[in-house]
Amino acid sequence: MAFTTNIKTFFGETGNIAGFTGRFFSTGLKPRFEFRELLNQCYIIGYKSLPLIGLTGFIMGLVLTMQLRPSLVDYGVESQLPVMVGIAIVREIGPVITALIFAGKIASSIGAELGSMKVTEQIDAMEVSGTNPFKYLVATRVMATTLMLPVLTVMGDAISLFGAYIGVNIRSVTSFHLFFTQVFHSLEFSDALPAFVKTFFFGFAVGMIGSYKGYTSSKGTRGVGSAANSAVVLSSVVIFIIDLLAVQLTDLLGLN
Amino acid sequence: METASNPLSDISPEHKPGTAAIIIENLCKRFGDHIVLQDFGLTVQREQNVVVLGKSGSGKSVLIKCIIGLLRPDSGTIRVFGEDVTKLDHDALDKIRVKIGFLFQGNALYDSMTVRENLEFPLRRHWFDHSQKEVDALVIEALENVGLAHTVDLMPEELSGGMLKRVALARTMILKPEVILYDEPTTGLDPVTAREIDNLIVKLQRKYHTSSIIITHDMNCVRNTADRVALLLDGHCYAQGTYADFERSADKKIKQFFE
Repeated sequence: MAFTTNIKTFFGETGNIAGFTGRFFSTGLKPRFEFRELLNQCYIIGYKSLPLIGLTGFIMGLVLTMQLRPSLVDYGVESQLPVMVGIAIVREIGPVITALIFAGKIASSIGAELGSMKVTEQIDAMEVSGTNPFKYLVATRVMATTLMLPVLTVMGDAISLFGAYIGVNIRSVTSFHLFFTQVFHSLEFSDALPAFVKTFFFGFAVGMIGSYKGYTSSKGTRGVGSAANSAVVLSSVVIFIIDLLAVQLTDLLGLN
Repeated sequence: METASNPLSDISPEHKPGTAAIIIENLCKRFGDHIVLQDFGLTVQREQNVVVLGKSGSGKSVLIKCIIGLLRPDSGTIRVFGEDVTKLDHDALDKIRVKIGFLFQGNALYDSMTVRENLEFPLRRHWFDHSQKEVDALVIEALENVGLAHTVDLMPEELSGGMLKRVALARTMILKPEVILYDEPTTGLDPVTAREIDNLIVKLQRKYHTSSIIITHDMNCVRNTADRVALLLDGHCYAQGTYADFERSADKKIKQFFE
């Protein structure tokens, strides 16, 4: 019985999110656009996330390099360390880890902010003042996450590669020029493009799920907490699902 | 007598065709099996304050949320200046909402914005042709009306409950609406502050010649603000009249509000 209820809830929720997404395309992208609020959200969502993304990216590159080195030394291919790290970061680890950190910071923040606005009737206040709250609050946040995550991923990748360069130089000496020449010689267009394109989808998912959870949160402080929490969990799961689909798609297109 | 069942039977009908700001007829709203409004009817004349009195949970807030279009009624009509808001689409509703102010029970000030930004928000969205100087003047005028011009650059969290209510009232008034809907304006305030809010409601109504529906169960608020009172009971308008009519009434259901 409980299983049936869970299945019903799952499909109900999926349908609601699909409806919410449809509303974004049917209403949120129509003029008049909220450019000022979009810029404000890009600043909050993009610029203010950069320190966190940069720090985690740096540590990720450094740790990945240090963890890979012993295995490569065993096989006698230590010189290939920049190549391996570079491909791993650009193709997979950089976009996915950045998206997960982004989801943890932004989906929870959007879920809590909109949930709190809903509970305190600020969304209703916006509506009665003749402003479409969906366009002002949801569309701007979804567009900001969709635009900012790819930018953050590129920056995160660059910082991560710098971390990897430091990691390589802990046990050996490799020049900055040599390290990055090896990294970029090993990378192809088909490595970077699909990885970059999928970050738009990651960003869209984070913004959409965070907004949905907040905008539809039930009344009360518990509802706000639940909205923030479930926004992070669901957007993290969706990021992995999108990643899985992206890998399958690039494989089908012969880009792997 | 306004309705056949009106216990205040000595009251003559007040409805004058053509002078009404809001006419509500046969309004029905239910949530699942729970009937909240059943054939509710009410007329608000221009420049009149009508207080809708009723117990907690009687559907008073549902009524004004139907008027502003936050809730869709199941049936019935709500005509605001002749336009049936129940039939309007979102864009048309947004246009008529500019003529209607709504004061929320919890104030609903945007807590990420300063008082100035809260007041500027509706102005920026509807009065595009105003310069920054004109917007600033309107913001200060609205705040001066409620005696809070000095709070213009403060955040809502820095204000007391009474100040929040007055700022919310200033924001409600800033577009110079012709109709104002007040959702329990004095709930949670001390008697002195509640009296100040009552006085502000009357002062602003006289200054800007607005029509108002005030939702409350605070009898002091009713006495201080009402030109006319309607009692919402069991989903319909049980009685209508002046405060004095209600005070004189021998009806048990009316008398319980004065005990």
